[in-house]
Amino acid sequence: MAFIKITNLKKSYKKLDVLKKISFAVEKNDVLAIIGPSGSGKSTLLRSLVRLEDVDGGSMLIDGGYLVKDGMYSKPADLKNITSKMGMVFQHFNLFPNLTVKENLELAPKLVKKESRKQIAAKSTELLEKVNLLPWSNSYPANLSGGQKQRVAIARALMMDPEILLFDEPTSALDPELTQEVLQVMKQLANERMTMIVVTHEMGFARDVANRVMFLDNGAFVEAGTPEEIFDHPKNERTKAFIAGYGQ
Amino acid sequence: MSLDYIISVVKPMLQGAQMTVLLFFIAIIVSIPLGFLLTLAAKSSFKPLAWLAQTYIYVVRGTPLLLQLLIICFGLPMLPVVGPYLVFDRFVAACIGFIINYAAYFAEIFRGGLLGIDKGQYEAAQVLGLNKWQTMTRIILPQMFRIALPAVANESVTLIKDTALLYAVAVPELLHYAQAAVNRDFTIMPFFLAALIYLIMTVIMSLIFQQLEKRLRFE
Repeated sequence: MAFIKITNLKKSYKKLDVLKKISFAVEKNDVLAIIGPSGSGKSTLLRSLVRLEDVDGGSMLIDGGYLVKDGMYSKPADLKNITSKMGMVFQHFNLFPNLTVKENLELAPKLVKKESRKQIAAKSTELLEKVNLLPWSNSYPANLSGGQKQRVAIARALMMDPEILLFDEPTSALDPELTQEVLQVMKQLANERMTMIVVTHEMGFARDVANRVMFLDNGAFVEAGTPEEIFDHPKNERTKAFIAGYGQ
Repeated sequence: MSLDYIISVVKPMLQGAQMTVLLFFIAIIVSIPLGFLLTLAAKSSFKPLAWLAQTYIYVVRGTPLLLQLLIICFGLPMLPVVGPYLVFDRFVAACIGFIINYAAYFAEIFRGGLLGIDKGQYEAAQVLGLNKWQTMTRIILPQMFRIALPAVANESVTLIKDTALLYAVAVPELLHYAQAAVNRDFTIMPFFLAALIYLIMTVIMSLIFQQLEKRLRFE
């Protein structure tokens, strides 16, 4: 069974349909890149998985549990259980500026998870090492570059041991030279078989790292396939035009 | 103007200044938490509560503090039926008036602080599994207080100066003794001395807040 199965997902703001009956599935260890023009509903789709947006219809089945079934949300306890399997990395990092790097990582595990302080400290050290930021443990986010902040945000999400990591345009707020250091970390996670859904404008990353690419336009699913299929042999005219726009 | 004279004038003024300082601390310690509760009430989704808190803030901020003090000290006891139960010691009445007034201002300051917090902070906390209380106490409040700090500092300095209004409700404080000396001795000197004492208090207050701001820079 697919790890995530989305069926006929619908959402509208007043008269505007932002998600028009979208269906797709994500398997364990998949790296799915969602691409498409601005306003195509990519971020809304991603955010509805962790319930930062409520949908108006359709179903989301995650790891065998329904987040929403035919437009009806599950009980709060079930929702919490299901959304806790997912971590999220935001475009604007959303680090907590009043906490140090280390505190950013350790806050949620301390409050939410039943792990010992020792375990948590060991894990934060390990993850900060992994994103090359161990010397910055006691710095505040204000003293970090954008690329460093985003790496902290990735480490913070990993602290909760998510089954799947969602990235909402993780490099869109970064200078080109800082983009690479973040993509490098994401590449490493992909190599470690982390399941990821990445909303991105980085076509190079989508091509090299994702094993599946989905193209959305105007709130609707247009086509999906392997990176080769989407980038080299797109079937749909809109996909062709979009890819051509990126000079691929 | 002899030093002896200055000392003889300043001595009662410093005694009066104790009232000033006492009122300041009582007002600040009670009105800051009260102001924060008002902020939450004004943002509450329970409409009658929000409406009540907003009205309170509007009325209190829209009328002079001096008038409010006069009402509490001299007006309330004149009310029919309940009046006799509303006679307070002047100083207590003044404390109530300052608390009521400053809570409304602090509520507005904290509301501004909350507006300054990016909604991404709430979203990150939600995705990490923090509940509302944890989000509020660990993430939102510390940031709100940091954003509000300069305005709180400003308001605290104003509070020190506003304590001079105690004069109008006949609680003997700094200004009261200065005025008495001026009337008695026909010299303007006590006013300058009073000004100097207020200035020292406000400068100390500003320095304390400067230090606090440095400590809470999150850098």
